[in-house]
Amino acid sequence: MPFELIPVYLKFTFIWRAIIVGLLTSLCAGLIGVNLVLKRYSMIGDGLSHVGFGILAITVVIGLPPLQTAIPIILIVAFLLLRLRENSKTKGDAAIALISVSALAIGVTTFSLTSGMNSDMSNYMFGSILTLTESDLYVCIVTSTIVLLVYVLFYAKNFALTFDSDFAKASGVRVDLYNLFTALMTALIVVVGMRMMGAMLISGLIIFPPLTAIRLFKSYKMVAIASGVLSTICFIIGILASFVLSTPVGASVIITNLCVFCLCLIIGYMKILIKKHNRRLRM
Amino acid sequence: MSFLNVSNITSCYEEKKAVDNVSFAIDEGDYLCIIGENGSGKSTLMKIILGLIKADIGKIEFSNNKRPQIGYLPQQTNVAKDFPANVGEVVLSGCINKRRHLLFYNKAERMLAMENMQKLNILDLKNKSYNELSFGQQRRALIARALCAADKLIVLDEPMNGLDAITTKELYELIENLNRGGMTVIMISHDLDNVLSYANKVLYMDSKLVFFGEKEGYLKTSYKLTNSKYCVEVNNAI
Repeated sequence: MPFELIPVYLKFTFIWRAIIVGLLTSLCAGLIGVNLVLKRYSMIGDGLSHVGFGILAITVVIGLPPLQTAIPIILIVAFLLLRLRENSKTKGDAAIALISVSALAIGVTTFSLTSGMNSDMSNYMFGSILTLTESDLYVCIVTSTIVLLVYVLFYAKNFALTFDSDFAKASGVRVDLYNLFTALMTALIVVVGMRMMGAMLISGLIIFPPLTAIRLFKSYKMVAIASGVLSTICFIIGILASFVLSTPVGASVIITNLCVFCLCLIIGYMKILIKKHNRRLRM
Repeated sequence: MSFLNVSNITSCYEEKKAVDNVSFAIDEGDYLCIIGENGSGKSTLMKIILGLIKADIGKIEFSNNKRPQIGYLPQQTNVAKDFPANVGEVVLSGCINKRRHLLFYNKAERMLAMENMQKLNILDLKNKSYNELSFGQQRRALIARALCAADKLIVLDEPMNGLDAITTKELYELIENLNRGGMTVIMISHDLDNVLSYANKVLYMDSKLVFFGEKEGYLKTSYKLTNSKYCVEVNNAI
């Protein structure tokens, strides 16, 4: 395998740009993901990425700066999706699916009517490190700093209301407000990460690391830390693998996440088996 | 003005009135026991007092118009089976209402959590996963959490559910001590036998308010829970 390609790649600034954006996004996605998965909000992340695709498609066609235009719109959508979910549980789920496929259809149609189904569209759907500009890098640094700050500041409240929202509410925590914060942070991460990971794959970055971390640790704090760390490690392995194998970055990162998840699943089962075995020995 | 003033609360659940025009008031330091049969709207009333549900009619007022820091023990929690949280984290999360200024818990709050775990005999479970505990141990963790949160008022929805006889007795004594220290207690319970020896006020409801007043007054009235088991217990108590 052409491992000697890695140092060659690392000489390019756009690769470093991609690595910085990727690391920041994975870290934020891993942390926020813990709350999303535990709150059963995973669908919102997925829905937002599809909506983001639709919005980006339209901005490309009109010729507006993609990220700067998409962020405010997707924040509003995040707010609406959260409302939908809260109002009625089953219908809310269906509504999110409806909105997400509609946005996807609108995005694809917009592309095919204007520039055609070309590499532009594929870039947005499955991600490309080549599409990242310098201004994207700055937007990413600013948004991830905001997300990380909000996450750390609200850590205690987030735990209390994720664990038992009734108790948190009775204690005077403004649950609706913090749920909104979570949705907004997710929206930010989804938009920023979408350019590189692709609209179809970004939600994997939010869902995989926490699920893997839950297999490994029993406390919320450790799961949060592990999720952030795992997410960044998987990103690094994924992007290096994509250089070596010339595969798309997004897909490689998700496959790395999948492999780590499976590995942890197996380790988990082994642990249970060993425990059972030891118990039998003691008897 | 009384500590808690509940006036004309009505709450409907799909056309049926779960709570129907209930009014009462308690003073600081009261130990109120809410009784009634299953489905008589006790938990709904409690949730309205806590602000978890909005009443259709009526209002809840606390003295000085300031909501005290309330410790709440829910009847049941639907925590996801794979939720990663250890007992220490759960109990500490009771201090959430003391975190006005965000960030992490400070030393005093950690000490408070330790103290309350000690009180409920779960200090050795501190690092255990909440979901791996037995039902009774989980209840004790949640009670410790409620104690962390309670400043002037503690609200307990069937606290003795699933606890063994020894723990139940210890818990009654613990709550009585808190009450003597000035804590106002509101408790939903089916365990009339015990509760009536601690509480000073009784509220008996069946959607509508059937009886509210001092315990002595309740024991003299003929409003007894129709459930035969409780009738026997009440008669014994008299």
